[in-house]
Parts: sequence; structure tokens; C-alpha cells
Amino acid sequence: MSSTLDLGWWGVVLAIIAGAIRVSTPYLLVSLGETLTEKSGRVNLGLEGTLVLGAMSGFATSYLTGSPWLGLLAAGVSGAAMGLLHALICNLPRVNDIAVGIALFIFGIGLAFYLGKPFIEPRAPMLPAFPLGSWSHHPAMRSAFDVSPLFFIGIALALALEWAMKNTRWGLILRMAGDSADAARAIGRSVERIRTYATMAGGFLSGVGGGFLSLFYPGNWNEGLSSGQGLMAVALVIFARWSPVRCFYASLLFGGASAIGPAVQTVGITEGYYLFYAAPYALTLAVLIYSSSPTQALAGAPNELSISR
Amino acid sequence: MTPSPPEVEIVDFSKRFGAVQALDAVSVRFTAGRMHALLGENGAGKSTLVKCLMGYYQADAGRILVDRQARAIAHPYDAHALGLGMVYQHFTLVPQMSVAENFVLGRERLPAVLDWAAEHAALREFMARMPFRLDPRRLVATLAAGEKQKLEILKQLYLGRQFLVLDEPTSVLTPGEADEVLGEMRRLADAGELTVILITHKLREVMEFAQDVTILRGGKVVARIDVADASEQRLAAMMFGQSHDTAKPELASRAGPSANYLEIEHLHALGDRGTTAVAGASLAVRSGEIVGIAGVSGNGQKELVEVLAGQREAESGGLRIAGRAFNGTRRELEQYGVSLLTEEPLANAAVRSMSVMENLSLRQFDQPPLAHGRFVLDRRAMRPFADDLIRRYGIRTASRFARLDTLSGGNIQRTVLARELSRDVRLLIMQNPCVGLDAAAVAEIRGQIMQARERGAAILLISEDLDEILDLSDRVLVMAAGRISHETDRASADRYEIGRHMAQSRLSA
Repeated sequence: MSSTLDLGWWGVVLAIIAGAIRVSTPYLLVSLGETLTEKSGRVNLGLEGTLVLGAMSGFATSYLTGSPWLGLLAAGVSGAAMGLLHALICNLPRVNDIAVGIALFIFGIGLAFYLGKPFIEPRAPMLPAFPLGSWSHHPAMRSAFDVSPLFFIGIALALALEWAMKNTRWGLILRMAGDSADAARAIGRSVERIRTYATMAGGFLSGVGGGFLSLFYPGNWNEGLSSGQGLMAVALVIFARWSPVRCFYASLLFGGASAIGPAVQTVGITEGYYLFYAAPYALTLAVLIYSSSPTQALAGAPNELSISR
Repeated sequence: MTPSPPEVEIVDFSKRFGAVQALDAVSVRFTAGRMHALLGENGAGKSTLVKCLMGYYQADAGRILVDRQARAIAHPYDAHALGLGMVYQHFTLVPQMSVAENFVLGRERLPAVLDWAAEHAALREFMARMPFRLDPRRLVATLAAGEKQKLEILKQLYLGRQFLVLDEPTSVLTPGEADEVLGEMRRLADAGELTVILITHKLREVMEFAQDVTILRGGKVVARIDVADASEQRLAAMMFGQSHDTAKPELASRAGPSANYLEIEHLHALGDRGTTAVAGASLAVRSGEIVGIAGVSGNGQKELVEVLAGQREAESGGLRIAGRAFNGTRRELEQYGVSLLTEEPLANAAVRSMSVMENLSLRQFDQPPLAHGRFVLDRRAMRPFADDLIRRYGIRTASRFARLDTLSGGNIQRTVLARELSRDVRLLIMQNPCVGLDAAAVAEIRGQIMQARERGAAILLISEDLDEILDLSDRVLVMAAGRISHETDRASADRYEIGRHMAQSRLSA
């Protein structure tokens, strides 16, 4: 992106906006998935592992079949399988969902690295993009606004989930399971089954988020592919106070923060730019400090969540 | 909706939990369109009986007849299909949802997509016919306890249930609210719209509202009588058997007025959600006096006790003991002889995974004679110390080494009480000390409170049970919306006047 130089500081703004759109997509998908899971009353901390496994299986499937969409599906299915595993273990009596999540976090990464060794070198077919920058003659502008369809799918999903939580049968039942397990049992609903489905759906979305990483941006498979998006998405859900639409805004914010480092580097700042790479982590820390006040429990937190009890 | 409520008959119900025969060949007939009371003390089998009827437990033996036809009820669904409903002691509402959402959730068949405009219209139409009303758009978490109780009852009626079991419905209500709720239930029964089963241990409610009463003791039916033929004394005799007396303790020998021992001035404290819970409460307790604080739960009592216990920081205001500032540190608690029996002692005042002996020692474990110096504990010295308390307070435990959470609720309560009273007590603070205990344990704990008073301790008793407050206190205060809203002495205490002040939280909310 040498031509970004011509744009000067406007280039930084442009790069941050473009980065926000690009980098926010996996945040959005993972945080929507985690919102679903947490609304049902469980925390899945293993999403980082799910994300990496999804990235690997998506890339491998795309490479082997030649279809990136099939790869994306494989990424989702592997994520759902991880979610199912988490749910089944947590359904056992006296199992702590946080501990299981951490175990699956490590397991997912380990499995992905083990199975993914042969796919580090080759190139696989990538997901297509909408060339929203084609009106511009500026190549930087063009490449910046190649937007993945997954970004729009994510927005649509956020709106659909927000609506469905209030207006559909399964939305009400999901929230009931997360808010009062006793109430759900009193009307004869199986809390375990609801949470199993919710964790699987959350795993599916996280897997797809991983597929985005390996099949769109940055668009390859290696062991350093994820930089903690799966974990940060958990903080993001808290920040968004369990609202899908607010997850979208929060994802843009985190995405923008992640793009500061690369953007600053492109305008020729050579010293200290790596500090800006830490922006998303600093933001995560700030969010968690803000949300863990000793005198104040979080408004909107599902009551059954182990972190709100 | 069927035109008339069902008649339900239980025949020879038996149910065993391990070594306990919870129900022993119990037969009851609930005539349609009447208000029945199931009376008995804790553990008499009232809750087990209705839970078997509602399909939560399976009775080991026995039959259920609905409108004279034998029915199998294996699951709450089966009970609901027959029009039987129950309102639980612990609310089964979803707090982060609106009133309307809670109504809709109970329905057997929910449409995949809800038409909220139509639902709200139907709810408005339903509410118009009901004795009590609630705004369907309010979040349940913002409702007061009395409103939640009403919502539970409305929910059952909305679902078309015509046979309604109310499990201790008035335990969280003010006397005025209790009369309103039970009065409306009786009116619906008299109108032939509802059969009501009232589970209670309060004789007053039985006498005023029920038509038939079945008395259970030790899992057996002691008597089935028409309330018109009963008297409170007769019911009490049947409920407790001959062994326990409900006589009120004598409050004769109070010494003349002594100095204030505990003084609280304009205390402010925040609750868990960061909102003001204690809003300028002021009170004083003298040595040798019991001050009772009545109030509906959630009006700042818990936070007040936590501030006194050093578990919560006050925002502002003064706490003084014997005229000096008090911050609730362990050293001060010891220096001023402060003992606390907080609500739910297993969660708030004891270590569940430690032994009975260790829990008994928690106040003194790092002082001689239980320790050498302040660091090395002498476990051998703890044994006679613990055994002595176990014997004196009648703690029933397998051994002094048993984990605390293997004990029953009453024995956990006794363990914490024994620990708190095991040293020189000059200020005793107790919150709901008798919740969930049987009559024998209640009598014993009340006896201990009276003894502490005789020894000259200042006692602050915070309870949701107004009867307990009226039985024990020299002075009665009412806490509502985080402050003390009313004060009266024992002689002039009037339960309805107190109830009006208890309900004040609602007016300001």
C-alpha cells in the first residue's frame, strides 16, 4: 500500500475505516455466537480454540475441494462440534463452564496446529469480495473497500438476532434459560438442551469467524493467524451488554483499534508504531476494568451466568 | 376454560425420602369451589403432598382422582393439562423479562413468532377482569415482592388454571397485602371460579380465609375439619401435638433504662447493583433490650447487617458502639463483644467445606487457649471446646469432624449461633434467625436470644416475620426504602399500622 502515502493523514483515517470493516467481521461473528451462548446461561471461553480450528478446517476444505464456500461451511461445522463438546461436558453435574472453556481453548488450538501442518504452505481458493471501492481510481481506495459478504451477513444476523430475542418463541425460551433456570424447569423446558443448542450455534458462528480469517483476511493458514480475537470477543460481549446490535458497534470499535497499528505504519511512522498494535488489548483491558466494578453488577447480564453470580 | 373448577381427591398417598417417611397414607378431598388450608409446621409433609399432586415427585403409593376419575400425573405437564396449577414459595419468574413476556412464556404452545400487539391487547382484556393489575411492560426485576406474588397468581389464572395451590404465599407480604391476596382468592372460590389450596403455618390466615382445613403432622393427616368449627387454640394443639407450646416469652424483668450501646446515624450504603440500599437509617439499641426491625425483604435490611458485620462499606453516616466509632473490623467485633447471626449462615457466615469443629472455632481460633501465640493453632484444644458447644447447643452432627454442609439447616443455624454466643456477647445482631427451622428449633433459638438479653446484651433483631418481631421485641422499628420509617414500643404495637409503614417502599418507588 505504498500509495497510501499520497493520501497523507487521510490515509490513516481511510486505513482505520477499511481495517475496522475488515477486522471487525470475525469479532462480530464470534461475539454474536458468544452472545447466544451467554444468553442461555453459559460462558464458552473456548472460542479462541474454536476460531483457530475453524480457520484451519475452512482453509483445508477450501484447498482440498476448491470451493471456499464449502470451506466456510466446514469451518462452521467444526465450530459447532466444539460447541457440542463444550455443552455435553458442561451438562454433567458440577462441571464448571469456565474451566471447560479454557480446556477446550487449548484443545482446539492444539488440534488445529496438529491437523493443519500440511496446509501452511499451499494457497487455497479465497472467498470473493464486493468491490465497493470500484468508483475510485485510487488503488488504495479500491483495495480498502473490497468488503466481504460475511460483513453484511454479520450485520443482518445482528439485526435478526436482536429481533428474534424479543419476538420469537426460541428467543424467549433462550433468554428464560439464561435468566432463571428454575422458571424454565417449572414450565417443563430442559435447560440443558437449550444450552446445548445455544453453545453449538455459538460455536458455529465462531468457526465461521475463523473461516473468515483463513479464507478472506489475512487469507492464509498459519499458526499465528489469530491474535486473540476469540478471547477478546468474550470481553466484547460484556461491553455490548449482551445485545447483538451493540455487538456490531463494539466490533467496529475493536476492529478500528486493531487497524491503528498497520495504518500508522503506512504513513511512515517507524518508531513506536508497534505500541499501536497493542490498542485492541489495551481496549480489552479497559473494558474489563470498567465492567468489573466491585460495587456494581452489570445491568442486563443474564442471571444464570457464572460470572454474574 | 372449563365452566367449573375440578374436584381433586388424593387417596392413600405415601412417599419416602431415604430414612424419612415424608407422607404416610395421606388422603384428602378438595371440594370444588372452596378454599382449603393445608396446615402444619415445617417438615410436616405439606409441600411433599402437593409436589406429588403436581407431578414433581412420584408418590410411592396412592391414587389421584380428578372429578372422580383416576388420573396418572407423571409430570407437571399432566397436572397443567388437568387445569391444576401451583404458585411456589420461590418465585419462578424470569427477572430480566417484562411482565407480558412472563405471561406468554407459561403457555403450552407458543407461536414461533409472537404478535406482540395482539398479545398486549389480550393481556389488557384479561387484566380488566382480574382483581389485581400490573403494567405488562414493566421489567419483573423492578417489581416488589408483593407484586411478584400477584404476578405469579395472575399467571396461573391467565393460563386457565382453576385449581390453584398457593405455597406459603404470604411469607413475603405485608399484612395488608396478605389480606388483599387471600381475600381475592377467597372471593374467586366463592364465585365458583376456583378451587384454592392454601399451604400455611399461620393460624390467623386459616381462621380468616379458609373454609376447610387439613392438619398434617409428621407426614400423617391429624384432622380434617370445617374452619367454622375450629378455634386457633384447637388448631395449634393439633398442629404441634402436645410437646411444643407457642407461648410467648415473658418480658418482665427488664432493668431500668440503660445507655445506648449501638448507635447508627444517617447511614447510607449501596446495594449489589450500585443503587442506594440504605438511605439514611438511624437507630439506637440499649443494653438489655431487643429492638426488632420489621420490613419486607429488599428494603435495605441485608445491606444494613452487612455494614454492621464489616462485610460492606458504608457510603456515609456514623456507626458507634459504646460511644466510640465502629468500623466492623475483626478486632473491634471482639473488643465490643459483637456477635452476628446473618441470613443464610451457610453462605454468609460459615465455611461449608470445613468441619463443625473448625466452624465453631472461627471466632477464637487464633487466640489462646485455641492457639499458641497468634500463629500456631492447637487443634487438640479445639476438640473439647467444640464438643462442649455441640453438647450445650444440641447440634446434631455425625461427629465434630463432619463437614458443615452435611448438617441440616437447623443444625447449621445452631452451629453458627453456638459460635457467636460462645464468647462474651454485648451486642447481638440477628437477621431472620428462625427461617426454615422447625418449631422445636425456633423455640430453642428464641430461648437463646432471651437469655442473651437477660445477660444484658443489646440485641438487634431483623426479621421478615412480623409475628417473630412482635413476640420478641421491646421496641419495634419498621425499615422501608432504606430508612427507619416507624417506631413503636411493644405495648402499643399494632400490626396493621406496622404493615402500612412496611408498604411505604412501594409508594416512593
